[in-house]
Amino acid sequence: MKSAKQETVPIATSSDVVMARQKVRQWAIEMKFTLVDQTKLVTAASELARNALEHGKGGHMVIEQVENSVKNGLKLVFEDRGPGISDVDAALRDGFTTGGGMGLGLGGSKRLVNDFQIESEPGKGTRVTVVRWK
Amino acid sequence: MERIPILRMGQFLLVTIQVDMHDRLAVQLQDDLTEKISECSSRGVLIDISTLEIVDSFIGRMLANIAAMARVLDAETVVVGMQPAVAITLVELGMSLSGVRTALNVETGMELLYELRGDFNSEMGG
Repeated sequence: MKSAKQETVPIATSSDVVMARQKVRQWAIEMKFTLVDQTKLVTAASELARNALEHGKGGHMVIEQVENSVKNGLKLVFEDRGPGISDVDAALRDGFTTGGGMGLGLGGSKRLVNDFQIESEPGKGTRVTVVRWK
Repeated sequence: MERIPILRMGQFLLVTIQVDMHDRLAVQLQDDLTEKISECSSRGVLIDISTLEIVDSFIGRMLANIAAMARVLDAETVVVGMQPAVAITLVELGMSLSGVRTALNVETGMELLYELRGDFNSEMGG
């Protein structure tokens, strides 16, 4: 039973990334998102959780149900304590990678959600906030 | 250690991914499959992902890597059973899995493998 409209999931190991995906799926099902929207949101969460782990030395994800005057949405906030991103625009470009990945994590997940906001301060960490509206 | 089972069927290897894989498990599967192809002189690999609820860039890359490594080892790879919602998401994410052969289900996937490799495998053809 989930009475609170907010939940925090730690991201410290690769099993936590799996847990983050499952939590987002649960919330998206509960909010009756369509299967395609669920899949997009869970995939974006997987990318961003992995980023927080691989590049940000871990952190956490906050899931929150949000609403504006006309619709409901699911908001996910990923916060890490990593080195931060010095050039956010470059990091958002497809193919840009500092790790061994495809460079699709940030740019790709941006395409899978409706709102996407990234705040990063070199040396302090990165916060990525996404919302998918119903 | 947790592992995804690889079944041998004649000159082909079959894998059904039925768990929500964490990244290390995906890398393990990649390594295991490559070794098994070499050990069994397999001509083809069929990977069933029909129960996977998402394919993100990491798993997409794993599938592409498996196909590329298999090709270098002279084996074909066919990925079957991707759910429509997963396909939509994967393309929007920016991955088209262009180097990976796909089929709708296990049956058509096996047909494709026989088509690609059946001439080497007359005892199992039909």
